[in-house]
Amino acid sequence: MSILIKSASILGSDVADVRIVDGVITEVGSLVSNVGEEVIEASGLVLLPGLVDLHTHVREPGREDAETIETASHAAAKGGYTALSPMANTHPVADTAGVVEQVARLGGATGRVDLFPIGAVTKGLAGEQLSEIGAMADSSAHVRIFSDDGKCVFDPLVMRRALEYVKRFDGIIAQHAQEPRLTEGAQMNEGAVSAELGLAGWPAIAEESIIARDILIAEHVGSRLHICHLTTAGGVELVRWAKARGVMVTAEVTPHHLLLTDELARGYDAVYKVNPPLRSHSDVLALRAGLIDGTIDMVATDHAPHPEEDKDCEWQAAAFGMLGLETALGVVVKALSEGSSSIDWKLIADRMSVRPAQIAGYQAHGQTIEVGAAANLILVDPKATTTVDRTKLASKSKNTPYDAMTLPTQITHTIYGGAVVMKNGTVL
Amino acid sequence: MRHLLSINDLTVQEAHDILTTAYELDRVSDGQIKKLPTLRGRTIVNLFFEDSTRTRISFESAAKRLSADVINFSAKGSSVSKGESLKDTAQTLQAMGADGVIIRHNASGAAQRLADSGWISASVINAGDGTHEHPTQALLDSYTIARNFGRENYDLSGLTVGIVGDILHSRVARSNVLLLRKLGASVILIAPPTLIPVGAESWGATISYSLDDVIESLDVVMTLRIQHERMSNFFFPSLQEYSRGYGLDDSRLSRMKASAVIMHPGPMNRGVEISSSAADSSQSLVLRQVTNGVFVRMAVLYHLLGGPQSGTQSEMGI
Repeated sequence: MSILIKSASILGSDVADVRIVDGVITEVGSLVSNVGEEVIEASGLVLLPGLVDLHTHVREPGREDAETIETASHAAAKGGYTALSPMANTHPVADTAGVVEQVARLGGATGRVDLFPIGAVTKGLAGEQLSEIGAMADSSAHVRIFSDDGKCVFDPLVMRRALEYVKRFDGIIAQHAQEPRLTEGAQMNEGAVSAELGLAGWPAIAEESIIARDILIAEHVGSRLHICHLTTAGGVELVRWAKARGVMVTAEVTPHHLLLTDELARGYDAVYKVNPPLRSHSDVLALRAGLIDGTIDMVATDHAPHPEEDKDCEWQAAAFGMLGLETALGVVVKALSEGSSSIDWKLIADRMSVRPAQIAGYQAHGQTIEVGAAANLILVDPKATTTVDRTKLASKSKNTPYDAMTLPTQITHTIYGGAVVMKNGTVL
Repeated sequence: MRHLLSINDLTVQEAHDILTTAYELDRVSDGQIKKLPTLRGRTIVNLFFEDSTRTRISFESAAKRLSADVINFSAKGSSVSKGESLKDTAQTLQAMGADGVIIRHNASGAAQRLADSGWISASVINAGDGTHEHPTQALLDSYTIARNFGRENYDLSGLTVGIVGDILHSRVARSNVLLLRKLGASVILIAPPTLIPVGAESWGATISYSLDDVIESLDVVMTLRIQHERMSNFFFPSLQEYSRGYGLDDSRLSRMKASAVIMHPGPMNRGVEISSSAADSSQSLVLRQVTNGVFVRMAVLYHLLGGPQSGTQSEMGI
């Protein structure tokens, strides 16, 4: 099978033609189409490596009413993602080789996206006993990232042991930094808005104290620590400090924390209820600066589908989380381009594809667009816009905070493994 | 005005209008319970997810004096205890023809969700939502203060109101700060630092950690009920220590201005946040608050449901 992409602007700069044969880029330059070859006229479009998400809740197994691997693969294709890392908080929890192998296999079966499961750090996410980390690493799913996401690995001894244990195979512990005692019953960012709304506050220090602790543990044992969904200016400072010290720490930020603030809680609409919570405008600015200067390595969606009944209720009773896959690129472009007329596509590609693939070791993803690279690619119309319509999302759930919002850019094609899996909004 | 969810919903003029109407109702009653035909044929539901006999009875009595039909719905022993959602409960009441829903709920924002989510079309009155607001309590408190100090026009400027106690968890405090500031009063929040919410600096009230430092400057000492379970979350070491620092005891009572008054939204913990002699003193307005509560709630029901626009809607209804 052969595809010729004509006149695409690679990473927003040089215009070239790209030929893909059997899933691999075989030629880049000024090319003439062959007979029977699929040709994509990409004049005016930007060619990027397929996006890589290291933080997705696909809900399967266990909560197929919210999302399935199949529907998540549609959402991924529409959002330009060619690799997802499903989080371990499924039912059953991904704490054994059997579960992670099944998830990886179901991902491959969609033919639209690679699924690289994340394993649980502790058995049942209970924080008490290590899960079978080695078995998951050695399984056919080759798990390298372990996380109790949704819950914090709170016990410092468990965290230390986990960080040490994964050194055998160069693994990473991805921490959901949330001091449980400082966030009992917490509903939203602690500050002026929570005081006014009477919603229990979730202080920034609950996140920062765990980040600080884990940086020190990771430094002491010489292990790789990854901080999930950073949300506070103080957290950015801590990671900056740790990197300057040479600690092996990486960090991610979600699209929603780059754009939305706690002011949105004012209507008590639970679509804005998320863990960790939306923070203040000054935090948003610090996160953007951190992502641009590389303190924060990458964007991760924390795509968290929930059925209608878990959101259409009182704030306090609602589930935490919001959708992210289908809107991530537009939201990140909007957040990073605010006040500027041009989009830095090299930066976007780095933070949404190249870095996450490097960190996780996903070799067929986030590659330089050149001969020999795997053809996991997307084409983006930088001048078009996309208006979000919650009723038209591919995800099985509809809990997007961006409904009716117009976002910059439009993803026109997603190419996975050398095949077009999404074209002009239609998943193939 | 369609709903009363927060004091923020009210302009100063609307607050004045409600308080003026309350005074009219107060005057015509003249000590006797007179029934007015204003809400005849209208159905009002008391939707109480939390126990609150006082507030429910106050609303019930207000609605009945306006000739409304009143349905009391208590979550205990109802389908709610079997897991029914707020949405389904509300829609059930709507289907039974409720024109107004008075809701008390333990979740902050529950009243606003009921009003804004499109679940029902009835008017919603917030009778206390979690630790957010309790707007009719603030209205009756301001009414009581205005009447006591002879402020016929409900301008409370020049008066200093001290709100003492668990500000962090108090919907009464939040609504009162908003309304008292709107009406021109100065407000001092008095509590141990643990019971002042982070972010309260932006409320436009002064914050004090010492009742003794400010007691002599107050025209109104409004004490709040302290919950015993706060101790277990380390907000203060013991009720005794709380009471020593923040209780309105006899010695503090003696240091109050002669013209100053004592208020409490009830129910009181005598001997904890307020001594019996303070609660029963001639300076205490606690029972006036209860009486005024009925007039103020009648006024709120009148403004939300008694107007001509909602009247026609009701006439056209089947």
